[in-house]
Amino acid sequence: MKWSELFTSSVGKKWIMGLTGIFLILFLVVHVGLNACIFAMDGGVMFNKAAHFMGSNAVPRILEIGLFAGILLHMIQGWSLEMSNRAARKKGYAVAMGSKGSKWYSRSMGLLGTLLFLFLVMHISHFWVPSRITGLDPVRIEGKEYHNLYGEMLQVFQGNLAVVILYVLGCLALAWHLLHGFQSAFRTLGLTNGRYILLVESAGVLFSVLIPLAFALMPVSMYMGWIK
Amino acid sequence: MQHYTMNLTLKVWRQKNAGDNGHFETYPVKDISSEMSFLEMIDVLNEQLIKDGKEPIAFDHDCREGICGMCSMYINGRPHGPWQQNTTCQLHMRAYQDGDTIVVEPWRANAFPVIKDLMVDRSAFDRIIQAGGYISVNTGNAVDANATPIEKDKADEAFAAAACIGCGACVAACKNSSAMLFVGAKVSHLALLPQGSPERKNRALNMVTQMDKEGFGACTNTGACEAVCPKGISIENIARLNREYMMAGLTEDK
Repeated sequence: MKWSELFTSSVGKKWIMGLTGIFLILFLVVHVGLNACIFAMDGGVMFNKAAHFMGSNAVPRILEIGLFAGILLHMIQGWSLEMSNRAARKKGYAVAMGSKGSKWYSRSMGLLGTLLFLFLVMHISHFWVPSRITGLDPVRIEGKEYHNLYGEMLQVFQGNLAVVILYVLGCLALAWHLLHGFQSAFRTLGLTNGRYILLVESAGVLFSVLIPLAFALMPVSMYMGWIK
Repeated sequence: MQHYTMNLTLKVWRQKNAGDNGHFETYPVKDISSEMSFLEMIDVLNEQLIKDGKEPIAFDHDCREGICGMCSMYINGRPHGPWQQNTTCQLHMRAYQDGDTIVVEPWRANAFPVIKDLMVDRSAFDRIIQAGGYISVNTGNAVDANATPIEKDKADEAFAAAACIGCGACVAACKNSSAMLFVGAKVSHLALLPQGSPERKNRALNMVTQMDKEGFGACTNTGACEAVCPKGISIENIARLNREYMMAGLTEDK
């Protein structure tokens, strides 16, 4: 079988969704871990240093290219699958099946993914664009100059209730997307062993709750002034 | 449970032929026994229609004992009606109360075009089976049943997958009109047995290729198929198909 045939078949496309999905899940771990440096209560010193490392070291910069490629592939493939799946039933039912047998969020991955895309547009314009393209204010830490990404966070979130709410909604969309996506990715990759399924499902629920919660706490904490 | 009779309102999809646009027709049905099967209730309605000089409702049915996979009605928003692990022919009218309105639709999927009224063309499933859902053996005397030893667990798993009657409820229930539960069951039941192993790789590749050609959607693991399957085929079979297909696709050169 040719590579092109393999990855354009329905199962092959789902494998790409699963693999990119797991890659993005791994990225979330890195992202939430680095961002958690704001909770060091040191006026953003640790966070700015971490952000500086991510921006100046070659390894994360190369991985960043992979990250954007992964997001794009996951998005484009996701939309393309959503469209072709919808088109597989031209005439629908008068009485919808609804939630008789499946969870609403498992049927709404396309919608949740689109909401996440909209969130990403806002999120990238808030932080990635200033730190990589338009520039950030400098801050001196221990005599060395750093980009003040921490200051940018304060500026985006403090006093901007609307933005904080949008970020919390983004985290909610992420939670629902992960709640189905985490375990679904492993099933797509062929996991059938009962022991592992139980492990993946439990880990998936924990991950889907804890990671978005940790992310949501960041703008909320900044808005409420919990972080010094 | 006490026997009772009921009067119902039926909204049934009527479509003259594949080219017709089709529409819902409302019929009152009277004095239906709670002991009747759903199809017997439709029989009663059809006799009334014939008496009135109208065209009876066309619908698929054969064994009427829940094992052939011919009956195929989408009843009040669920394939095979409200009961779990049940076919339409085994749905009994005690599931309903006097005065209920029941909406009956055909399976909906591009790959299952309506032939007439509630009958759909499910030959797409036959073509998927023809693509690889078999084992090639020399004909002759039947082989001794215990000639090939098979672990009990594997035999049970293969048997559970082989229980699929190919009714198509999985496709009808799936938001993507995906046939992955059907194909997963067919691939699994042979992949789990030694007899299926010589053609294992090509089977998975060819059956998925045919499935895609027929216009079924891709699987998003929502689980709706498993929930409506009259034979309780596990969604685990889909994961196994994903694995079988990829392992074959990554290693087969042709």
